[in-house]
Amino acid sequence: MTAVLTMWGKFTMRAASDRRHRPPGRLIICIPLVLTGCQAAILDPKGFVGLSEKTILIDSLAIMLAIVLPTIAATLGFAWWFRVANMRARYLPDWAYSGRIELIVWGIPLLTIMLLGGVAWIGSHDLDPAKPLASTSPPLEVQGVSMDWKWLFIYPDQHVASVNQLIIPAGVPVHFSLTSASVMNAFFVPALGSMIYTMNGMATQLNLQAGAPGSFHGLSSHYSGDGFSDMHFEVHAMPPDGFQSWVAATRNSGSVLDTGTYRHLMIQSIAIEPFTYKDAEAGLFQKIVRQELPPGPGPQTGTPSLDVSPRSAQ
Amino acid sequence: MLGKLTWSAIPFDQPIPLVAAALVGSVIVCVLIWVIVKGHLPYLWNEWITSVDHKRIGEMYTILALVMLLRGFTDAMMMRLQQALAFQSPGYLPPEHYNQIFSAHGTLMIFFVAMPFMIGLMNFVVPLQLGIRDVAFPTLNSVGFWLTATGALLVNISLVVGEFARTGWLPYPPLSELTYSPGVGPDYYLWALEISGVGTLVSGVNLVTTILKVHAPGMTYMRMPMFCWTSLASNLLIVAAFPILTATLAMLLLDRYLGFHFFTNEAGGNVMMFMNLIWAWGHPEVYILILPAFGVFSEVVATFSRKPLFGYRSMVMATMAICLLSFTVWLHHFFTMGAGADVNAIFGIMSMIIAVPTGVKIFNWLFTMYGGRVVFAPPMLWALGFMVTFVIGGMTGVLLAVPPADFVLHNSLFLVAHFHNVIIGGVLFGGFAGYSYWFPKAFGFRLHEGLGVAAFWCWLVGFYLAFGPLYVLGLDGMTRRMQHYDVPEWHPWLLVAAAGALVILAGIVLQVVQLVVSIRDRAELRDTTGDPWNGRSLEWATPSPPPAFNFPVLPHVEGEDAYWAIKQRAIAVATAGEEPTYAAIEMPRNSPTGFICAFFATFMGFALIWHIWWMVAVAAVGAFATFVVFAWRDVPDYIIPASKVARIARANRRSRELALANLRPVR
Repeated sequence: MTAVLTMWGKFTMRAASDRRHRPPGRLIICIPLVLTGCQAAILDPKGFVGLSEKTILIDSLAIMLAIVLPTIAATLGFAWWFRVANMRARYLPDWAYSGRIELIVWGIPLLTIMLLGGVAWIGSHDLDPAKPLASTSPPLEVQGVSMDWKWLFIYPDQHVASVNQLIIPAGVPVHFSLTSASVMNAFFVPALGSMIYTMNGMATQLNLQAGAPGSFHGLSSHYSGDGFSDMHFEVHAMPPDGFQSWVAATRNSGSVLDTGTYRHLMIQSIAIEPFTYKDAEAGLFQKIVRQELPPGPGPQTGTPSLDVSPRSAQ
Repeated sequence: MLGKLTWSAIPFDQPIPLVAAALVGSVIVCVLIWVIVKGHLPYLWNEWITSVDHKRIGEMYTILALVMLLRGFTDAMMMRLQQALAFQSPGYLPPEHYNQIFSAHGTLMIFFVAMPFMIGLMNFVVPLQLGIRDVAFPTLNSVGFWLTATGALLVNISLVVGEFARTGWLPYPPLSELTYSPGVGPDYYLWALEISGVGTLVSGVNLVTTILKVHAPGMTYMRMPMFCWTSLASNLLIVAAFPILTATLAMLLLDRYLGFHFFTNEAGGNVMMFMNLIWAWGHPEVYILILPAFGVFSEVVATFSRKPLFGYRSMVMATMAICLLSFTVWLHHFFTMGAGADVNAIFGIMSMIIAVPTGVKIFNWLFTMYGGRVVFAPPMLWALGFMVTFVIGGMTGVLLAVPPADFVLHNSLFLVAHFHNVIIGGVLFGGFAGYSYWFPKAFGFRLHEGLGVAAFWCWLVGFYLAFGPLYVLGLDGMTRRMQHYDVPEWHPWLLVAAAGALVILAGIVLQVVQLVVSIRDRAELRDTTGDPWNGRSLEWATPSPPPAFNFPVLPHVEGEDAYWAIKQRAIAVATAGEEPTYAAIEMPRNSPTGFICAFFATFMGFALIWHIWWMVAVAAVGAFATFVVFAWRDVPDYIIPASKVARIARANRRSRELALANLRPVR
């Protein structure tokens, strides 16, 4: 069974890569977007992962539209042609079984699903978030921590850290290790591709790459409480030398991220302006994951009281 | 004395909930005063509140669903308005209020609109279609309804006493744990669902037993109408899945109340366990909702095409396949947890496989219309609207089942659009189809047709306007549950979505007007035949509304589409046949058990939320005592004398004989 699926999948994937430049499904999905003259982030990705995911999205859609559109047409067509007022339509008051049609109605969805199943199987393995991206340059390590309600990014090899802004070199794979200081969140940069959950006490892995320099919108895509809507961050993909000079500049100013400042950062706060730390304590991320640093404290105030209706810090 | 409850728990500083509550409160008080002054209280008590008649209970479930739909829709309008306004601005709802609203919207719509709507239709229709007089456990059925009402009441009390959960319609820990949500909100959610969950479970036990064990003579499994099959599948899922929900929420309650660590960050708690457990219930839940709707469409499409359902056996197989497969796909709700490629791929493929039997159903409805005489009455319009809308929703669902596609669409407005596409386009349209189809059977008069058609078009157009933009927003990376946003590209689509919600509002207003007009004109809209749609199954053999005992003599079933066969035989011999001998009928006696039990359960739930421990004890003892008293009752049944049965049956026969003159054999 797996072999069959794999075969189907390979076939469709190859077909997909042939059409990469002019995917037919794209036209249909773009119709509403053309109206506003803008291009949706997920359909106009800026990195390898996002591009591959877009291809799978559009191919899957095209495969399904091939049966969905005729089904919709047939529904409307049958209903209209066999309307009670149409005397030309044949009335078959007892017709309720046909082995041949039964074969078709089970067969068509089954074949479609086998095709799509292949796409899903191959795609899941190729685009597993934990799978390193093929590249000549070694990946940049970034450790992300979702906090109430901001993002902390630690660059372990550069010994710097930033809050609510993510600077990465373009054209270089980035390997993210992600965790949460308190409740669940999800790390997501729509223009780059895959999202992944952040959870306290464990680290998830994600590999992304920006194809060219640019600025992208990043956000938390898992609801996490009162400050959730402000948990977005700017992603700046810079040319590699630009990234190096950012690191150098960052190391020259700002405060130090250590256990003490981390505990302070952990307290709930909303809509924090981006800032950087000139030095990040080594192993801080591991301390958070291993819970050597306790999870965030949660809300501290409330009206009428904390245990009736908590209020988050403003 | 009153635990955490003080006057300050009432949000006097927040005008929106206070005004809403004052409005609803005064309406309730006015209705109560009217009932008491007009002397309707004994009628209400005897005929409705203490009734164990499956038809009354089904109608009460449906009324509860429709009333809660108004509340849930109000929440939806507030959310659409907030997102339309909150572009680079805080909007008019602060986060702590907005977050309660989307949590309440989801909770109400799933548990107190979709569930009671479907359970109400099943309760009303299944015994009539099986040709029987009552369900297996009539009093248990009443308990089930009243416990559901308790849950709905608790959620609504949270509007003015304390607060509701701000944790979404599924309270993912650790956000829902005491550390991050120390308020009473999650407790309202948890106790409301614990109590109504027990109600749903007993209702499921009752319907499974009824469908498997209580039948008219000759009503074998393979002769049951499709709606009975889908109801069986749905209730089997309730019995199998709801205990998981109850247990999972109980674990969260233990964390919150007794310091356990099932799902906490600390001491070995595991949030991933919660996600697996809640979706092990949650995915079957969506099939619990959609399967009865599939049943409604099977009945409606066959009736209004004047043809038997195409591929009956295939449909039964597809239904039971969905029933089994629904337990094998839960992980697709969290592909983005980082489970690994093999796990994601297997669950993705399983989720796609479930689309096969669903596709079969769509095709079979299609071929039911083929060669038919399609009448575009409102129930059929809902069915057609469903078929077109649901295949789109199914398609986007399969798209989300492809893990790499889900990696960029998970939790986005694309997902929100998808599940509204299948829940509105599937469950709710199914509910409305069933409501307009069986309304004449339930109340003896039809609903105004023109207004029904207008309401349908508003809902259909409104749906596409409100949720089409959300698909686009999902593709543009907008995630769900945002109280405000700064991305300029999102704003125009959210304005369109808000306009769509207004069109749906027009549909709802038209439905309310339709009901009022239909009640006013009930004399003209009266259904004297008992068979207003030229139906095929046994519910149409009874007068509208059916008498308490449904069938004076149990029908003998000799094939599928039992009532259609009876009609064709009667037409062939041009007579309704010889009059049978009527005997006295025993029916279950009314019982206030359900109501009293729910009365105590309401106080118990409220007391648990506010930590009023003495009241918890009193209410628990009261609820238990109610059951003991019920268990000791002496006379469970009352007798309807043969003369009364004969009088009702003869009137029905007369109207059938009159109708017979107008019926032609079908060729």
